[in-house]
Amino acid sequence: MLRFILRRLLQMVLAFFGTTLIVYALMFAGQGDPIQALAGERPVTAAQRAYLTEKFHLDATGVGGFFYRYFDYLKNLLQGDLGQSLTGRQIGDILAAAWPVTVKLALIAMAVTIVFGVTAGVIAGIRRAGIFDNATLVLTLLVLGIPTIVLAPLAQYLLGVRWQLFPPTAGADPDLYALLLPGIVLGSLSLATALRLTRTSVAENLRADYVRTARSKGLVKRRIVGVHVLRNSLIPVVTFLGVELGNLMSGAIITEGVFNIPGVGFNLFRGIRTEDGPLVVGIVSVLVVVYLVSNLVVDVLYAVLDPRIRYE
Amino acid sequence: MRVRRLAAWTALPLAATLGLAACGSGGDGGSGESDPNAAVRIEIAEPQHLVPTNTNETSGSQVLSALFSPLVDYDEANRPHEVAAESVTSSDNTVWTVKLKDGYTFHNGEKVTAESYIDAWNYGAYAPNGQNSSYFFEKIAGYDDLQGEQPKAKTLTGLKKVDDLTFTVTLSQPYSEFRTMLGYTAFYPLPKAAFSAPGVLAEGYEQAPIGQGAFRMKGSWQHDAKVEVEKYDAFPGQQPKVAGVEFRIYQQPTAAYADVLSDNLDVIKTIPTENLSTAGTDLGDRFQQSSASSLQVLAFPTFQKEFSNPEVRKAISMAIDRDEITRSIFKDSQQPARSFVSPVVAGYREDTIGAAGEFDPAKAKAMYEAAGGPKKIELSYNGDGGHKDWIDATCNQLKANLGVECVGTAEPKFADLLTKVTAKQPVGLFRMGWVMDYPSMENYLGPLYSSNGSSNYYGYSNPEFDKLLAEGATAPTEDEAVKKYQAAEDLLAEDMPVIPLRYGQNNFGHSTKVKNVEMDLFDRIDLLKIEAVK
Repeated sequence: MLRFILRRLLQMVLAFFGTTLIVYALMFAGQGDPIQALAGERPVTAAQRAYLTEKFHLDATGVGGFFYRYFDYLKNLLQGDLGQSLTGRQIGDILAAAWPVTVKLALIAMAVTIVFGVTAGVIAGIRRAGIFDNATLVLTLLVLGIPTIVLAPLAQYLLGVRWQLFPPTAGADPDLYALLLPGIVLGSLSLATALRLTRTSVAENLRADYVRTARSKGLVKRRIVGVHVLRNSLIPVVTFLGVELGNLMSGAIITEGVFNIPGVGFNLFRGIRTEDGPLVVGIVSVLVVVYLVSNLVVDVLYAVLDPRIRYE
Repeated sequence: MRVRRLAAWTALPLAATLGLAACGSGGDGGSGESDPNAAVRIEIAEPQHLVPTNTNETSGSQVLSALFSPLVDYDEANRPHEVAAESVTSSDNTVWTVKLKDGYTFHNGEKVTAESYIDAWNYGAYAPNGQNSSYFFEKIAGYDDLQGEQPKAKTLTGLKKVDDLTFTVTLSQPYSEFRTMLGYTAFYPLPKAAFSAPGVLAEGYEQAPIGQGAFRMKGSWQHDAKVEVEKYDAFPGQQPKVAGVEFRIYQQPTAAYADVLSDNLDVIKTIPTENLSTAGTDLGDRFQQSSASSLQVLAFPTFQKEFSNPEVRKAISMAIDRDEITRSIFKDSQQPARSFVSPVVAGYREDTIGAAGEFDPAKAKAMYEAAGGPKKIELSYNGDGGHKDWIDATCNQLKANLGVECVGTAEPKFADLLTKVTAKQPVGLFRMGWVMDYPSMENYLGPLYSSNGSSNYYGYSNPEFDKLLAEGATAPTEDEAVKKYQAAEDLLAEDMPVIPLRYGQNNFGHSTKVKNVEMDLFDRIDLLKIEAVK
């Protein structure tokens, strides 16, 4: 197990450099004129242009220029310096301010997904084709069919503005209650998927041989479902949740925008819009790490859930 | 025709007032008693910078307007009057003497002196500092020596201290409206504490700027979250009517709008377009509109043969129904434009393009064919700014009214469009927008249409026009300058290098907890007038 984790960690280093190279190259290739993008439609003075060009080596173009800037970036990165955004803020500071609130939001969404999605999935799986199962089927299809870009403003308008049950926006330093509505909205999509997955998996495992054996041994139903079925049914769900955690962390660009939460997605969106290369690459570099780690955790969890899976 | 259009002009505001009055009974804005101890919450976007000479967008300048008091401000007729300055005078429009009012102090207790201004302006003009607004100082003598990578000088020769409260500004060329310029953000002073060494801005100054205005920072700039300011008791000028302001940072105006609806935010400066149709019902008389300085035009590459005839250009202008597009595409969030300058500047006249601004398809078509206009017209625009709808609508009108082929061509970004235009590639007509830097007609005419103007992308050159602008700059009084500029504008109306289409409009709203919310001509909420309601 230890060797497996070690090997994966080494692979992660390679994957990390590979992805940053690709992201950096994409940002580099797609970059039009970041100085003009920063100024919007105003004319940029020659002095301002010269200042930014020199500061960010924007005059280094072509393949040679690309590698020059990439290695410059890597060198700073390895020293723990993510660099400065085009507006002159330390990207490290931006991320330090953005992460906590995004992590909080992602955890709430995750909790909503697990508590409601997995529980409802188990119940629907046990009572297959019952009223509950059919009702959740309709509901989840509905949720899956509505994109966040509709769901988030709708929830905000109805629950925040019209009935005033929740604050309509969360802001920079929100309490748990203010984050609840965005968290539910964000989690609802993965909730629906998790519910469907759990339901199918549970329904299938209920017909498995080992369940029949357990039943014939005279085990109580709670133990059969709670220990035997659930544990085996969770493997696909955990895979899904692992990937989903990465997605949630990468910031819900729409949800964070609608509820005015200055998290990672909020900053990523701004970086892309203003062609702020250093900011985008900085955020994506950290996101790559998040994805890699959450995938590793998922792989390790497999072994915990299913003793037959062993890593050498 | 003329009468009908004039009627439409007066009918529009009337209809707006009626509509708002009808909804007004539901809202209770502006009736309660004022509460001087309360703070108000105003929406902004994350400022790019909070240093006066580096701030050129509205969010940053909104915050700075609380922290600093300008040398001059503007009255109802958009004429400048002194605020922090005792007087700004000149006998020849070249050497200007600025006398400061006594008693102003920075928020750290430091006295405001002539040096506070001289140091700040020198810092702003010095090219290696990379300040966004450095071009505001280009009219001051010695500016060129501060440019380039290795400038010859560190200070402007045109700035001289006379005594503690007086300094002179020598311009490299006479400019009659220099006093008007001084109301802009770039001309605020900086305290000694802002510099760690002469000409070097102290690290972290921007996080908690020290100004000499009616409010001072409360804590420091919390990025992506808020900037809070509180009343500065030692401020000698006009006192604000609230105890403080929280500038709350939003990335999307829809979020701010939801907060205003539920009284979680007091002022939203730009109501999102998708909410405009319901804003009247949602907010009642708390939904307000005012003229903004921006102007949208369609520009001609006059260097291209097919657009070199002014008659062709006028015919195209006459074939566009501005009122219809403003109403159906923009839901009246902008106003139709028929002049080359915005209503927010002194000297603005309605309807200076005359007949070319009247929608008359039959006449337009006859004129177009007589002048031999091209059979195919292309309209270029930047695809990232939401321009597709009105460009397509304009194209359809040209197709129907002139019987020509018309296509809209999107460039990814405005910069890409400008690159092509500058390289004189045939892009057809292209869209342009202009927001003023200071409220003067000159700012709408000089950069855009003078032969060597910084944003003259159309190759327009008229010696007579250049001469009138130069005469305006040397005119002995502001009124006489305005006359010259108006004459210059009349020349533009004859030549039509661009078609004025629409003026911008501020569509703002406020919660039930504030009143007297007004927008100034730089699109900022007037912080000295706003009041909190008990």
